[in-house]
Amino acid sequence: MEELDIYNELLMEHAYSKKNKKELESFDACSLGHNPNCGDEIKLEVKLSSDKSTIEDMSFTGHGCAISQASTSIMIDTLKGKSIKEAKEIIEIYFKMIRREEISKEDSKLLKDAMILKNISNMPARVKCALLAWHTLDDMLKSED
Amino acid sequence: MKEDFPLLKENVVYLDSAATSQKPFCVINSISNYYKTINANPHRGAYDLSVKSTTVYDNAHEIIKKFINAKSSKEIVFTKNATESLNLIAYSYGLDNLNEGDEVVISIMEHHSNLVPWQEICKKKKAILKYMYINEDYEISDSELEKITDKTKIVGITHVSNVSGTINDVKKIIEVSHKHNAKVVVDASQSIAHMKIDVQEMDADFLVFSSHKMYGPMGIGVLYGKEELLNSMTPFIMGGDMIEYVYEQDTTYAELPQKFEAGTQNVEGAVGLVEAIKYINSIGYDKIQNHERELLKYAREELEKLDFLDLYYPKNIDHHSSVISLNIKGVHPHDASSILDTMHIALRSGNHCAQPYLRSLNIDSTLRMSIAIYNDKKDIDELIKALIKVNDMFKKYNKES
Repeated sequence: MEELDIYNELLMEHAYSKKNKKELESFDACSLGHNPNCGDEIKLEVKLSSDKSTIEDMSFTGHGCAISQASTSIMIDTLKGKSIKEAKEIIEIYFKMIRREEISKEDSKLLKDAMILKNISNMPARVKCALLAWHTLDDMLKSED
Repeated sequence: MKEDFPLLKENVVYLDSAATSQKPFCVINSISNYYKTINANPHRGAYDLSVKSTTVYDNAHEIIKKFINAKSSKEIVFTKNATESLNLIAYSYGLDNLNEGDEVVISIMEHHSNLVPWQEICKKKKAILKYMYINEDYEISDSELEKITDKTKIVGITHVSNVSGTINDVKKIIEVSHKHNAKVVVDASQSIAHMKIDVQEMDADFLVFSSHKMYGPMGIGVLYGKEELLNSMTPFIMGGDMIEYVYEQDTTYAELPQKFEAGTQNVEGAVGLVEAIKYINSIGYDKIQNHERELLKYAREELEKLDFLDLYYPKNIDHHSSVISLNIKGVHPHDASSILDTMHIALRSGNHCAQPYLRSLNIDSTLRMSIAIYNDKKDIDELIKALIKVNDMFKKYNKES
């Protein structure tokens, strides 16, 4: 079944991985994201470089389905070490991918593992799970402007 | 039974009747026939069609009256759904009859619709909202009923929980409440399709249900209230058809039940609901109960064989009706339900509009299967197979299983 491809090894490993699921010792920004309809709730913590230009570290805590947990963990892997400007651009590319819009080869490389969520719109009820962390970070970075 | 339901002819295992039931052909046809042969605005025209529409609509009250054994059809008010009925009670009765320091007692298992309106009204009137909690067996112990005291003015209780399927002893709760002169609001949304309701025998002051959970159409619900209570209450929604005389500064209201039925009513809904009642009566509650009890027993036995499940229902099957909440250990219910969906199994995941109840159980969400007359053992077998498959998919990664 094609829809079930989303639950592949990489997604499952991210979903149950504890690597990025922790609290940071210190952070510059923290934001809560939740989907009231399904009860998924995550807290993102972001530590910036001393000149506030780069995401030095990021982590999350909270609970939710495999798709929301994995997409959060993948987002952290993808965006850690990026400048805020780059991070915002990659988030936009991710949103485009989820909306099934055409993205260039170079852009898809920037998404790294997040590419595995490309077909999430095959499960329309789950799109919001794949977007939760990315929207939360997007709002957070926009408010930092 | 499945052949009576057009949608069930498709390749679907429908186990979400607690959210809404499927509709039989007779209900669907009755609505289209109404529009083909009778449609006109009731209570307004003197011409033949309007008279027919009025008759159909008024008779519907009479049929509901018989269905739940009310004393009079004046005690039957049509609303949009159980939620609107509960809001009507909270605003028209609660607001006028609660004073500062009075208490409203509800159970922790209430659906948000029998909870949030009471929160609002209690805040407005500085009344106190108290909860009856459950024991480890998903039931309200007798000791919790001690929360109903002379300070209690209103008690809200669901007949059957939409999460744990617990059948509450509403008769006992009503007895205790009446000793303290408290009025009792019974939410029968989850029981009406499964067991005979007799409001006089129960002695409920108010009782509500939705048509769409009992094989009828969406958009129509029922409020039953004792006549003297409904008479004493101010209308909830004002407008056309609920008035007697309107002057520039004052209005007198129509008799029951029209007083509470403002605006052009959902006649097609009433027609469909009447047909749903005919359908239920043609099968008979005895047969419905026999079939559903056997299926519930089978489902519980099969689910209990799976050691990777958490199950949330009373041990005593006599206190359990038609709804089973469960979780695959370590697997989020939304993942499970998405995967079940690919196998054409429809069931609900989430908090079931009962956040305080789930929070009290220390869970965020559950999978919920619920059964109706059209389900059979094959549906349960399909679900069991699918649950095993989901667990197999996840167990390699999932440390909790």
